[in-house]
Amino acid sequence: MSAGETAMQRDRAVTIFEKGQPGRRAFSPPPVDVPERPLDELIPERLRRREPARLPEVSEPELVRHYVRISRRNFDLDSGFYPLGSCTMKHNPRLHERVAALPGHARLHPLQDAARSQGALALMWNLERALAEVAGLPHVSLQPSAGSHGELAGVLLTRAYHADRGENRRTVLTPDTAHGTNPATVTMAGYEVVKVGTNADGGVDLDDLRAKANTDVACLMLTNPNTLGLFDPNIEEIVQVVHDVGATAYYDGANLNAVMGISRPGDMGFDIVHFNLHKSFTQPHGGGGPGSGPIAVSERIAPYLPRPVIVRRGGEHSNGSTREFELDYERPKSIGRLRGFQGNYGCFVRAYAYICSLGASGLRDASETAVLNANYLLARLRQLGVCELLPPAYDRICMHEFALTGAPMKQELGIRTLDLAKRLLDYGYHPPTVYFPLLVDEALLIEPTETETKETLDAFAEALAAILREAREDPEIARNAPYTTPVRRLDEAGAAKQPVLRQAL
Amino acid sequence: MTRYTAVTDSDRSAMLEAIGVASVDELFAEIPAAVRRSEPLGLDEGHGEAEVYAHLRELAARNTSVEDEVSFLGAGMYDHYVPAVIDMLMGRSEFLTPYTPYQPEISQGGLQVMFEYQTAICELTGMDVSNASVYEGPSALAAAAYLAKLTNGRTRFVISRAVHPHARETLTTLCAGYGMSVSEVPLTDGVTDLAAWTAAIDDDVSAVFVAQPNYLGAVEDLEPLIAAAREHGALVVASADPLTLGILEAPGALGVDVCVGEGQTLGNRLDFGGPSFGFFAAREEHMRRMPGRIAGETVDVDGRRGFVLTLQTREQHIRREKATSNICTAQALNALAGVVYLSWLGRRGLVELGEVLVQRTAYARDQLTALDGVSALHSQPVVREFALSLGLADLAAVRRVIARCAAEHVNPGHPLAIDYPEYPDGLLVAVTEQRSRADIDLLVDVLGRAVLAERAGLEAPHGGGEAR
Repeated sequence: MSAGETAMQRDRAVTIFEKGQPGRRAFSPPPVDVPERPLDELIPERLRRREPARLPEVSEPELVRHYVRISRRNFDLDSGFYPLGSCTMKHNPRLHERVAALPGHARLHPLQDAARSQGALALMWNLERALAEVAGLPHVSLQPSAGSHGELAGVLLTRAYHADRGENRRTVLTPDTAHGTNPATVTMAGYEVVKVGTNADGGVDLDDLRAKANTDVACLMLTNPNTLGLFDPNIEEIVQVVHDVGATAYYDGANLNAVMGISRPGDMGFDIVHFNLHKSFTQPHGGGGPGSGPIAVSERIAPYLPRPVIVRRGGEHSNGSTREFELDYERPKSIGRLRGFQGNYGCFVRAYAYICSLGASGLRDASETAVLNANYLLARLRQLGVCELLPPAYDRICMHEFALTGAPMKQELGIRTLDLAKRLLDYGYHPPTVYFPLLVDEALLIEPTETETKETLDAFAEALAAILREAREDPEIARNAPYTTPVRRLDEAGAAKQPVLRQAL
Repeated sequence: MTRYTAVTDSDRSAMLEAIGVASVDELFAEIPAAVRRSEPLGLDEGHGEAEVYAHLRELAARNTSVEDEVSFLGAGMYDHYVPAVIDMLMGRSEFLTPYTPYQPEISQGGLQVMFEYQTAICELTGMDVSNASVYEGPSALAAAAYLAKLTNGRTRFVISRAVHPHARETLTTLCAGYGMSVSEVPLTDGVTDLAAWTAAIDDDVSAVFVAQPNYLGAVEDLEPLIAAAREHGALVVASADPLTLGILEAPGALGVDVCVGEGQTLGNRLDFGGPSFGFFAAREEHMRRMPGRIAGETVDVDGRRGFVLTLQTREQHIRREKATSNICTAQALNALAGVVYLSWLGRRGLVELGEVLVQRTAYARDQLTALDGVSALHSQPVVREFALSLGLADLAAVRRVIARCAAEHVNPGHPLAIDYPEYPDGLLVAVTEQRSRADIDLLVDVLGRAVLAERAGLEAPHGGGEAR
């Protein structure tokens, strides 16, 4: 990084609301080209705004410069390695941005007549079929807006399924390794969380599961491979225990990137799966969205899917096939809508383009390479002695990610996982996920993804080793890191105690 | 190896050797054979970039976008102009490709955008606090309902029938889980019936929901609606169209508890319905029950100004089953478009654009209701959208009229009867600043002829008219 760039990045933060001058603007309003009527006649004064919104007043050049400059205070996947566990930060192909921006996709109104949106409906249909194949389940709804929205859909589907059978079950099982979204979803869907323990190998504790599985259980929510990056070898038995008490099995697809084309949730016995298109299918994450969280379900869950569903008309189309695909609203058992319109179509375009690019063997290659890269990185960390201070939480072959514990490092060097992560910033890396999963002390969850080169993995391993060497000599370096970033460690406690959530004007 | 991976054969040998296994297959040995596939997925094989582009281009060409016809479709998403600066900024790697800002020291750009966005939304809505975005409009309304449920634990919601049908349905879907019931209040002359509204609200009501302007384009008189809810201590949630708030009073100034809405009109493209963003703003007393990410200002160890995600003890990754929402990934990039758009419009631009919308919409309404047999479905003030009664028998007739217009490359609007059987010949017409007087005159001509032809019982052109 050049000195000039550092200086720019480290300017005092000034918001757009603190820039500009009264009277400036980037927008030139179109003319009122119709006979003008007095505003009072059209909108009575008492309904009209009294105090204008104090929006910025800037010219276009000011606007552009402001946002380009602050963009440079972000780390991003295009410039550096981003091994953020559980987030699958794989390369985002720019082709996807290009095709999503085609006016036929980007400027298509969601209420356009089905006859005149056949391309979009065909794309969604094709994407549904592809996701169904990856999941090993027959039916798909693309509607949920993100993973947690897909989870909520899944638990509401479970509720509808049981209600239709005249059952009122009250609990949902989630492992203690689960993402926080799982228990939060359970509460929002009106169920109580019952936690299931983890065994010595990092999998579901079968005895605990059997003890807690009863006819009050509506569903088990499980991530497999789980958040420790471990595939649960008892998966068939786990699902069997759940099915034996009449509950559904829900597969949290956050970690699907490990098993695409290799193992399918439907084949494992799951009833409901959600996908994170912004993880496994490389929709860019946008600094916190948009995402997309389609769900795939088994036959017995299908009647309850959110509406509308896309249907393909059977038979011949003597009229030139102008209406091959339709949106079907007549779904009497549907849980109903989860949001407006048909879902995050722009994300569907990107995910579909990705699937078209990779195809069957490419998807499998992506997962195989993700797992190879993760295991290789772990092996390099062992070779370099990093694992003496940061051993794997569970010493097994991992899948697409692995969890280390920083407990020995904390004890021997006196630096915490947080310090290690902050020092990595100075080395030009986005740190792995820290302090998750919760049951790993001083956790560091590393997910390199398949799109990184061996050279990058080697360099990252060397960086971790270097930080540990440096900390052995002087732990203060890591404890006070970072030094080179636009700001250094921030007072988060103060921010929460005295919240300042908007620019004062 | 695909074009997005980089493991050569020699890389692979070296990597497997370092791991201490003989093959990649061995890495998957723990997956039981019964659930491990040997056969390939039933998908096509992959294609080169140019082939994929051509395929997606071909699919796009089978859609009629707002570039292919003169469109007056609205009903929740609108064809406003998206300035070029937004394409440029949203396409920047620094905004497009990061994850949620978990490491604030290297995420100051995104966090500052959130902080600026929150400021803009508070200014626009007149509310005290805003989060950094939720998924989209209808689910934002349902999220406000969950806040109300957490706040007062009452058992019932009351919603105006003029709230967007997708939002009403989403609320019903989501509150079924936690066991709330929803009562719907009917309309009189296009707006919420005040007497029915007042009668529907009692001390069991957790929150009430009203849209501004409402689904029929009508501007609601919010003050008496709010007062009726206040009397029983119910929370008031307004779903507002943000681009009308240069003209219409800010809901916050009228005392609502939560203001939510669809953010698509703020610099986001139509995208066949998403991704856009939902905004969620509230009075300060509700701050600690808000859903989703919130950015806050703070200082670093050197005293330098900075931004962090804050009030995280509300959120799922900390509070798990006690969280105020399960939301994790929201719509940060779309919210960036929102704040850039509002900055691009600016303080005066927001008002000026609103005035253009009001004038052109009034002109369109006047011209169309002068057509023989066509009348205004309600007499309320409108900003950008209005409802017509076409003087036809039923929805099928309206659809035939739409198909006739489509044949002349005009999309006259959305049939109301799909969601409102009580308006069998209703048509919802939206006029954005991208529709000029000439476009409106064309609509008047084409729709007028289509309605006449329908009344004369002429055969409709083939194909169309069943949008929902």
